[in-house]
Parts: sequence; C-alpha cells; structure tokens
Amino acid sequence: MRIGYLLRRVAMLAVTLLVASFVIFAATYVAPGNPLAALSGGKSLSPEAQTALERRYHLDEPFLAQYWHWLSGAVRGDLGVSIPLHEDVSTLIADRAWITLSLVLYAAVIIVILGIGLGLLAGLRPGWIDSSVLVISSMAAAVPAFVAAIVLIAVFAVSLGWFPTIGTGDGFLGHLEHLTLPAVALALSSVAVVARVTRTAIREEVAREHVQTAISRGIPQHLVVTRHVLRNAAIPITTVTGVTIASLIAISSVVETSFGLNGLGQYLVKSAQGKDIAVVQGISLVLVVAFVLVNLVVDTMYAVLDPRVELGARAA
Amino acid sequence: MNHPESAPLLEVDRLGLDLLVGGVHRSVLRDVSFSVAQGEAVGLVGESGSGKSMTVRAIDRLLPAGARQRGSIRFDGKDVVSLSGAALRSYRAEVAVVFQDPRVHINPVRRVGDFMTEVLRTNRSVRRRDAGARAVEMLAKVGIPDGERRLDQYPHELSGGLLQRVMIASTLLTAPRLLLADEPTTALDVTTQAEIMGLLDELRSDLGLSILFITHDLDLAAAVCDRTAVMYAGEIVEVRESRLLHDDPLHPYTAALGAARPLLDRTARLVAVPGRPLSALEAPTDGCAFAGRCPYVEPTCTSAAPVLVPADGGAARCVRVEALRGTLGGVPHA
Repeated sequence: MRIGYLLRRVAMLAVTLLVASFVIFAATYVAPGNPLAALSGGKSLSPEAQTALERRYHLDEPFLAQYWHWLSGAVRGDLGVSIPLHEDVSTLIADRAWITLSLVLYAAVIIVILGIGLGLLAGLRPGWIDSSVLVISSMAAAVPAFVAAIVLIAVFAVSLGWFPTIGTGDGFLGHLEHLTLPAVALALSSVAVVARVTRTAIREEVAREHVQTAISRGIPQHLVVTRHVLRNAAIPITTVTGVTIASLIAISSVVETSFGLNGLGQYLVKSAQGKDIAVVQGISLVLVVAFVLVNLVVDTMYAVLDPRVELGARAA
Repeated sequence: MNHPESAPLLEVDRLGLDLLVGGVHRSVLRDVSFSVAQGEAVGLVGESGSGKSMTVRAIDRLLPAGARQRGSIRFDGKDVVSLSGAALRSYRAEVAVVFQDPRVHINPVRRVGDFMTEVLRTNRSVRRRDAGARAVEMLAKVGIPDGERRLDQYPHELSGGLLQRVMIASTLLTAPRLLLADEPTTALDVTTQAEIMGLLDELRSDLGLSILFITHDLDLAAAVCDRTAVMYAGEIVEVRESRLLHDDPLHPYTAALGAARPLLDRTARLVAVPGRPLSALEAPTDGCAFAGRCPYVEPTCTSAAPVLVPADGGAARCVRVEALRGTLGGVPHA
C-alpha cells in the first residue's frame, strides 16, 4: 500500500523530469543568438567552417533529433560539450555543484533549526515571546535574499569584520566560515515562513481533543508536546519546510553572485550571458532534478508521518 | 449504594466557575454540589450548555486558561484544586476520562497499541512488551478478542464503537478509581450505545469503579446510575434516585426532559422542551433560570434565586416544590 504510493510518486517524478527536460531544451533552442558566435569571437565564419562546426555539435539536425541526442546523453550522465570552453558540461557542473549543495544544505540546517525552533517557541508560549517572534518573522519574511546579502556583508563582514566577504575558503572550517553569511542570507526569509507555519501548526495541534486526552491521562507535559503536539504538527511543517528548501535551489544564484561564490547558480547566469547553451541546459536540468528529488523526499516523509495517507490521495 | 460510614470518593462542594469570554469573566457554574461514593454511579444530566461538561473539566483540571473557580473539589479527601506536577498527574491516573468522540480524542497518527500503553510506559515504566500484553488482556475484557491485531492498527481502521471500547480499555489499564464518562455514547449508533452502556455497568460491578456519567438522556442515566443530578443553566436543579426522576420528578425542568425523550412504542409526536435552552452564561441572578420556559411559573419564581431544598430523599431547586409534588410525573408538556 505504502510501496504503491511511493511507486506512483516515482513514476510522476519521471514524467515531470521528462516534461521539464523538453521545456528546458526547447526554450534554449528558440532563444535568440547563435551558439557558434561565442566561438568565433564575433567574426563571421566561412561557410565551410560554419558547416563543419554545425555538424560537429549536431546543430544541423532537426530539433527533435537534437533533443533526443541531448536527452539520451543526459540519462547516461553526459550533458554534452560546452562550445566556447571545449569541456564536458558534466565536469564543469561537478566542479561547482558542491558549493551550491553546501550552501543549500547549510541554509536548510539553519531553516530547520531556527525556523522550527522559533515557531515551536512561539506556538507553545503565548505572550511576549510569541508576539516578538511574529513581529520579527513578519519583517524577515519581507527581506529578499539580495538585500539580506548586502546588509549582512555591510554589517558582519565590513564593519565588524567577523566573516569574510568573498570566496569559499579552505578546509571544512574555512568553508563553514565563508558560507555562513551566504547561508544566512539565503535562509532568512524562509526561516520566517517556516517559523510562522510551525507556530500555526503547533497552535492547532495544542487545541486538538486528543492532546486534551493525553493531558487528562497524566502524561508529563514534555511528552505531550513531543509525542502528540509536535508529532502531529510535523505533517504540515515537513511539507512547508521541504518546499521552502527546494525553492532555495533557485534563489541560490542571487546569493552566490552577491558573495562571489563560484556555484551553479552564478555559473548559470554567467553562461546564459555568454551564450554557452549546453551549460545552461545542463545546469537547468540539474536544478530541476534536485528540486524534484527534494519534493520526492517530502512526499515520502508525508506518507511516513501520516498513516491516513492513502494510495494517490495526495496527487501532485 | 451509599456507604454512610465512609467519606465519598469524590466530593464537589459549591463549585462555581467563571470563564473568560471575550475578555470578560462570565459565570458558567453556580453552586454545584454533589458526591460520588466508592462503587457508585452518578448521572449528570442536562442540555447542551448546561455546564455538565465544564463540571467534568473542572474535576479533571482541564479548564481553559483564565478560568476562575470557587468552591472545592475533593477526591479521596485531597483538595484537587491545589494539586500540581507529579501529584496532579497521579490524580489524573486515578480519575480516568472516557470522552465523547473517540475519533478525535485518540491521536489519529499513532497506533492503537501506542495509545493504550502510553501511560503505562511513560508514567509507570512498564516495558513495551509487558504493557502490550496487559493491553491485549484489557481489550479482551471489554469484548475485543483479537487484541494483538488491533494494537497494530491505526484508529481510522477501527469502527466508532470499537474505538470507544479501546478508549475504555485504555482508561482501565491504570486501574482508576473514578471514571468520568463524558457522553461516551453520543457519537455512536443506538445498538453500539447499548453495548457500551452494558460494558460500563459491568465494569462498575466487577471492578468496583465509581462512575460519573454525563449525558443529555435522562433514561440512559437511569439505566446505569444510582443517583442522578439534573443540571440547567449552570446549576443543579434536582438530585434524586435515578429511577424516580422519570416517573416522579420534583422539578418542572426534569419533567420536561423526561417527556422529551422519544419512545419506540409511542407513536405520538415527539414533545420538545418548550422555549430555547438557556446557557449557563445567560442565567439570571435574581430568579429561577427555568422560569421563562416553565409552565408552572408564578411571580415568586422571578423575584429571588431559588435554593436547593431537600425533598423526597433528594433535593430540588424550585420554590413551588411542595405545591407541585406528585403532579409532574408522566405529564406531557405541550
């Protein structure tokens, strides 16, 4: 039953990826500009050279054939060759993916700890704690990542000098130090969103009859909170946290640019400007896969957390 | 039924309660006094809003924030209101509540076994396996033979009647002395209702449990309870031996409640209590709360708040109790 639910989710994931890959490829195909222009440095190529290059990069084939060529390669992990750089797109992506991955993971940890922690505090402690969390989170939710980045750099890197302004550093601690401000900038508004949702979910659960039952049975308060309030509130909290973290994958490019991090997001923007179409396609596909995988994890958690989830009861 | 030599197990004395409604304290219970002896079943009957559920919540210390309480509640001689921490938790283990709707009163995402054994494991340090074995045993006692299988199921996989049996069995695992049954059969269909009532009655005689049975149904209370208190608008209006309430009520409200019950062998139109039930929040302070709906109302009824006067082995809160005695039984109030 549960297995069936998961199989369905995986099948839907495959379909989503197929559609996304087509959209990505078609969008870059119809985008204006000649992919060979970057190679020739703006000079016009001789017709012979033009033909030779088009054949080499399969640019002379019909659209669907090109798509098939690209897709079948992508399934095997081969995302083609960057025309201006003469390098494998997979290698180019792999060199930069770890930065984006670390950044998103770091931000995710901040979101889970701070967002759920603050929401829990506000939900369980009505009064001034609750009000302060509400006010602060309302303000934080309205701050876009690039503004947060600028403010954080100005305050903590330039004025106070606590953190480096740019780069990725060496070793684990060096990375941690260099990625702290970017991760905070990336996580800030999401922390606020998750905190608010957590607060609401906790409030709703606290008022539930089954929580009253638990109290009436003499179960100690901390166990009532963990075993009943938090356990049941985990269902909406997980969903929102998962979706929020998945969205970080897209926002990370802004933060990477602000902090001069050589990650996938920044590289995507640079490649799009430089007309490096193979790289744009490759990164887009990787980002979509990551997004969809995070969602699969959320759906799996959902099925684990709520025994009432029936086969296909929560489509899309 | 009553053991005069021993003090009652539960003693509610002049309980008054104000709730915070829209920032203002408003009275929902006034002068509620009754007691439950060891092994005795007492009914608490009234319409919605009469304060019967609030009385239960006051006894189990489940009052909403901002509630103000007067009077005293004593359990086994101890003052319940002053309990806190571990003492309050162990009191709650001795006073178990069977709630109205097991569907919402049992955590839907935890297994039945987890619900049943939770208190044993968290408060009594019983090991999971031993607690499970005791749960299966208790399920058998309440008429669920395949306990092993049930423990592995989730609440939504069980029927309402089965789930209420689970709830009752779970309360028995901590060997409580008093069962607060808050309309335990209202969410169930009629045949299941009869089974659950039979079960409660059996438990009382087998285990010597005291039961405070909350219902809106006078005859249902009479089926299991020795004595019954009838509540109206936050006050007890009559306390009597249960079987007398239907045939020979002392208070006009009790008579009206008795007449309002549908009978399977009677084809006449269902008689409703005339007028709108007054909630405890709206009760007047200077007269009888039932006066507006009472067919026997006189000017004296609205001039002063009536007190509970002893009569016929019980008590009634009616200034005309002497005048009306013997005339209210079985009379339909159209």
